[in-house]
Amino acid sequence: MRVLAAMSGGVDSAVAAARVVEAGHEVVGVHMALSRNRNQFRTGSRGCCSIEDAGDARRAADILGIPYYVWDLSEKFQDTVVADFLSEYAAGRTPNPCVRCNEHIKFEALLDKATALGFDAVATGHYAQVITRTAPDGTEVRELHRSPNTAKDQSYVLAVMGPERLARAMFPLGAYETKDEVRAEAAARGLSVSNKPDSYDICFVADGDTQGFLRDHLGSQPGDIVDADGTILGAHDGAYSYTVGQRKGLSIGRPAPDGKPRYVLDVQPVSNRVVVGPAEMLTVDRLTGDQSVWLADDVLAAAGLDLAAPHSDGTAWFDAEIQVRAHGEPVPARVRAVPDASGPAGRMEVELTGETLRGVAAGQSLVVYLGTRVLGQSTVVSTAWSGAPDRATTTPAAATSAATAAQHA
Amino acid sequence: MCVTPNPTAYLDHAATTPMSSAAIEAYTDQLAVAGNPSSLHSAGRAARRVVEESREQIAAALGARPSEVVFTGGGTEADNLAIKGLFWARRVANPERRRILISAVEHHAVLDPAFWMAEHAGAEIVLLAVDSRGVLDVEALRAELAAHGPEVAFISVMWANNELGTIQPIADVVAAARPYGIPVHSDAVQAAGQIPLDFAASGLDALTLTAHKLGGPVGVGALLARRDLDLTPVLHGGGQERGVRSGTLDAAGIRAFAAALTEAVRLLPATSDRLVALRDRLIQGVRDRVPTATLRGPDPMAGDAALRLPGNAHFTFAGCEGDSLLYLLDSAGVQSSTGSACQAGVPQPSHVLLATGVGEEDARGALRFSLGHTSTDADVDLLLDVLPGVVDRATAAGLASAGIGMSRNRGTQEVR
Repeated sequence: MRVLAAMSGGVDSAVAAARVVEAGHEVVGVHMALSRNRNQFRTGSRGCCSIEDAGDARRAADILGIPYYVWDLSEKFQDTVVADFLSEYAAGRTPNPCVRCNEHIKFEALLDKATALGFDAVATGHYAQVITRTAPDGTEVRELHRSPNTAKDQSYVLAVMGPERLARAMFPLGAYETKDEVRAEAAARGLSVSNKPDSYDICFVADGDTQGFLRDHLGSQPGDIVDADGTILGAHDGAYSYTVGQRKGLSIGRPAPDGKPRYVLDVQPVSNRVVVGPAEMLTVDRLTGDQSVWLADDVLAAAGLDLAAPHSDGTAWFDAEIQVRAHGEPVPARVRAVPDASGPAGRMEVELTGETLRGVAAGQSLVVYLGTRVLGQSTVVSTAWSGAPDRATTTPAAATSAATAAQHA
Repeated sequence: MCVTPNPTAYLDHAATTPMSSAAIEAYTDQLAVAGNPSSLHSAGRAARRVVEESREQIAAALGARPSEVVFTGGGTEADNLAIKGLFWARRVANPERRRILISAVEHHAVLDPAFWMAEHAGAEIVLLAVDSRGVLDVEALRAELAAHGPEVAFISVMWANNELGTIQPIADVVAAARPYGIPVHSDAVQAAGQIPLDFAASGLDALTLTAHKLGGPVGVGALLARRDLDLTPVLHGGGQERGVRSGTLDAAGIRAFAAALTEAVRLLPATSDRLVALRDRLIQGVRDRVPTATLRGPDPMAGDAALRLPGNAHFTFAGCEGDSLLYLLDSAGVQSSTGSACQAGVPQPSHVLLATGVGEEDARGALRFSLGHTSTDADVDLLLDVLPGVVDRATAAGLASAGIGMSRNRGTQEVR
């Protein structure tokens, strides 16, 4: 096969490229330039897209003996990932830019361009497994599964890609159990990136100061901090600076009447208000998502989805687990797919059946698992707690930010 | 792995061209000889003799005097010396002279030092417009001189453009500047060895050369500078090269430079005729096979043959991205260029194309094919064979990247 190896300049993508070369494929290395004005050097683990990283990718390609090119995807990245990041925060939601980058850049712009240029697949250094299974009707089904390396597992940020793109993706590091193995293999292959630090943080916020980045781009927007009844408790300089579940930095002078700590319950961009209240009001056991992407036609069919029917009713409830953060724990739930304008299973409804979640933000990515298998993904639009039916929820609903600690993927 | 290597065509001579055998021989012979040309003993004198003989050869090949040849580490350094050295010298002589007049299509080795001087030394940059072929608007220059003559530090207009191959009206520029006594510099990196150059006859005050574009090694070049031209040094040290370019002279590189230039100039009429014929076949072939291709720069088939370097052809391919074209051609054995690449290899829309009025969208699909002394009919044949398929593919990829068609359709199918 002709395989395009996406090479960031890091150790994972270099070893992934080495594995596809070793498997006998015809491999070309491509580094995506995601910013026109790149820093010369990387600062520790911050950022990933410096000129130095492009140079590291080039050297890895040299050692592997494969052609290497830099493709400029900066405009697309700016228009989708960065613009989405800002508009989501401005709308009071908490986006995960790595999910959007996988969706729009790696497995859309890059993959589609590669396909058009004659490549059969794109290989990346993600930690996730693709398992191919033969369905009863003889067709091959590709399933996306968690990596056995649970600490590095990136199935959460890959779930958005959908079956057609999954069919053209390769994750050669999927079976690795530890990062040390990958580093050791890089060293054994003479790849100089073997001991390069992992990158975290959001790559386009090079100094790691997300609040500063938002302030620079969205400006100062003073407003009120209120409690659930609307009583003004304090002032803020921009509602986008707050994420649901946040406790620190609220700068409210007087304590709550009951003396308990207060948390951000809701960010309301239209009224420019930040609503705060006690921790129990963050509890969530009902979630709704849209823009759903399913990787499990078999599961949906078993749950009653009939794509041939003129007006689909979606599926019956089925048991699964859901995860709402890149490094969160999955929790048991029952899930169903519901038709919406985008398709017969565009909407996802979730009822938690075991433990509840605390502070789930609209905009977060909601991923459905069955064991290690990814069934689907959706973007949270609203949440609720069945234990407090009269709780004042809005859409976008109460939310937290776990996604800002987005793992660079 | 491959037992029989696939045919390849090197069509990027404007980036660098193979060293001539005369230059390789001169280079390797001299590399084996020790001796600092500034040393006073016999080894030093022998090395100095090589340098001075080379200086004489280079001067003779270009209508200059030996004392006008200032050796540098290449074209970029020579341009920096001209831009910074001329500005400082002229400004010190008269603080009113703050304006630097340069064409809008200069190489970065001229543009960037000029803008650096604007940021750090109080220069004001005036970019002189070009027409759709990339030819300098001399009227605009005259108007600028009439309005601001006494404030002009110097003028810099390249002899020939590296992307479009456009040959500039240097004689007109010099004639316009003369009444004001304003020095004129020209970057002739692309022109030397491709078309006849005569420094004395040109009336220029300074001219940039580099060895590796004409069959010599990388890392050596020269600024031809009139003896009475006041230049402030950029590199300070041992005082070599009239005190304007300190640093130990590279006897081997200089000898190879002289050998390459001498040969290139000796063979020039024949090479030029051969390259023009090849180039015209390339242009006609691309036009015949790829209807979406647009020749940029002067059209040799439309009466502008004298305005274009013999070895240069430059096209934009509507709906394609340069990096797709470059990758596909490279994998088919054809090596070309999207323009001038920056260090990280990211193609940026070319300022040259934009200055000629090409839109950003079209500028993305730019590809330069440049021929040189080793180019053959087979190189052009290979390009013409593979190009139609490459352009079809790149057009499909352009649609995919733009998010039209397959990308969107798949997106909706996935949501089910």
